[in-house]
Amino acid sequence: MTVSTCVGRVSKVIYLGAEALIAEGEFLGRSVVFKQRVSKPYRVPELDRAIISRRTISEARILTLLEEVGVRVPKIVFVDPLVGLIVMEKIEGLVLRDALKDLDWEVACRAMVSAGREVGKMHRAGIAHGDVTTSNMILARDGDVYIVDLGLAKHVEDVEDVAVDIHLLIRVLESSHYSAREELFKCFISGYREVVGEEFTREVINKVSEIRLRGRYVEERKVRKTN
Amino acid sequence: MVIVLGVESTAHTFGVGIVSDEPRILADSRFNYIPEKGGIHPREAADNFIKNAPKVLKEALTQANLDIEAVDAVAVALGPGLGPCLRVGATVARALAAYYGKPLVPVNHAVAHIEIGKMLTGARDPLVVYISGGNTVITALHGGRYRVFGETLDIALGNFMDTLVRELGLAPPYVVGGVHALDRCSEGGKFVDLPYVVKGQDTSYSGLLTAALKAYRSGVRVEDICFSAREIAYSSLVEVAERGVAQLGKKEILLVGGVAASKYLVEKFRAMAEYRNLRIYVVPPKYAVDNGVMIAWTGLQLFKKGVSVEPEKAVVRQRWRLDSVDVCW
Ligand SMILES: Nc1ncnc2c1ncn2[C@@H]1O[C@H](COP(=O)(O)OP(=O)(O)O)[C@@H](O)[C@H]1O
Ligand SMILES: Nc1ncnc2c1ncn2[C@@H]1O[C@H](COP(=O)(O)OP(=O)(O)O)[C@@H](O)[C@H]1O
Ligand SMILES: [Mg+2]
Ligand SMILES: [Mg+2]
Repeated sequence: MTVSTCVGRVSKVIYLGAEALIAEGEFLGRSVVFKQRVSKPYRVPELDRAIISRRTISEARILTLLEEVGVRVPKIVFVDPLVGLIVMEKIEGLVLRDALKDLDWEVACRAMVSAGREVGKMHRAGIAHGDVTTSNMILARDGDVYIVDLGLAKHVEDVEDVAVDIHLLIRVLESSHYSAREELFKCFISGYREVVGEEFTREVINKVSEIRLRGRYVEERKVRKTN
Repeated sequence: MVIVLGVESTAHTFGVGIVSDEPRILADSRFNYIPEKGGIHPREAADNFIKNAPKVLKEALTQANLDIEAVDAVAVALGPGLGPCLRVGATVARALAAYYGKPLVPVNHAVAHIEIGKMLTGARDPLVVYISGGNTVITALHGGRYRVFGETLDIALGNFMDTLVRELGLAPPYVVGGVHALDRCSEGGKFVDLPYVVKGQDTSYSGLLTAALKAYRSGVRVEDICFSAREIAYSSLVEVAERGVAQLGKKEILLVGGVAASKYLVEKFRAMAEYRNLRIYVVPPKYAVDNGVMIAWTGLQLFKKGVSVEPEKAVVRQRWRLDSVDVCW
């Protein structure tokens, strides 16, 4: 990985994500994470450049905004949209996806409540995450959950945007944490409700049911359309 | 040797397939209902299925050179699909099972699309990308079920492609010489900016469709629209699949469903596979579309595990979810 700065030092690549290389290192004496978005040979160059720079800029802006309103996200240290690089504070902890596998039930539930609160705060600030999964949440040592990976985040235009976030969370529970999916979701939504209130939560859940009738149950859609 | 006869009738195809556990395909007989215009009318399709069912069944037995007595079990796709169509297949299969005293094996159509793909390509533990006229699903076997990791938030990829070229006045026919009209009209196109939407591991094509048609009405060249819409639609699918393999650590991708016949799409998957060190498997076009063989093959796996159902309990399930099926073989 090439990082175009003389003040930073990459010590090791920790993760080859779907979109980005993630490396740990040091930057001006702080422990940081380098997130370098990489080019994809399956995209035409125009599309590739647009996606990389758009997501880098958007991720940096939204991280800044969320930090200001008190959502637990890493602090930005340095951004270069031209090369697709973000340097940010390193969150010490475990990715929630892995953490949930070994946690006892109470701790797992507490982590999900915390995740629900953070997503609630984010929604209250008018931001939809766009990729809410347990891989994009870090369970810090103090038991609080931090939210990362905001490249697909956007300003909320209507309730659909926030409902998609909840839909994505339910789906990752169904696919990757299926043995306790309902219980974990209950914990999550209680933290969420605490922040955004009962009425909004209900509105979002209704929208989620609507969304889930579209993709997965295509056959039902087919029936409705053709009958 | 175990021999299973399978009946497919979930949408526009009434098919009967016969397979043995060698494994071998002994027969593949199909009747395709093609509506005169517009989309599929379930009742009309069902009427046509009823008329053609005896012929299709007989043809399958002739191909296999078998008497129905030699069949060990009858499998049937009970869903998901269109009610009237499903009921024809269910009725035929129930009658065969009851009259000849054969075990009746219920099969999920989506699982069958995947299982036939695995059998024919030799993929062992793939991330499955199921892309057809009605489905866009990213799934993988995990803890005994096909878990859904990604899907479309609105319309399916095939539906998007067909609708776009139809609205642009380029189709039907949608596919000529194995090339979709969208791939064809993309030639010589330049890239123009249209909305690229990925949410988590989900795709979305309805916004892209609307924007592409709007660009068309405002005078953008057709080939530029085709090219850009195709690049965006295909790239976003490859991106969500890549997210899936990154998350699950899979080493194989299996493409099933009608759209998997697009060699441009397959090329993009191969480009991704190369730097990720993955293997790409593509179901042969003949078995990418609906057929009885895939039902027979999946039924065979189930039958060997002792799965069967009393004929009177074999009811159709229009919305039978892929991730509710226990994959016990
Ligand atoms: N600030 C951070 N502190 C600690 N770990 C991080 C940080 N940012 C990302 N990571 C780790 O790197 C992984 C990938 O980063 P992410 O931003 O989610 O990229 P991608 O879009 O490729 O998923 C995360 O799942 C997390 O494990
Ligand atoms: N060569 C091809 N390239 C791209 N798309 C194709 C090709 N052949 C078929 N398709 C598309 O596949 C879809 C049909 O697939 P199929 O599996 O039969 O779907 P369904 O049963 O859900 O209608 C249609 O949208 C069709 O346009
Ligand atoms: Mg991530
Ligand atoms: Mg099908």
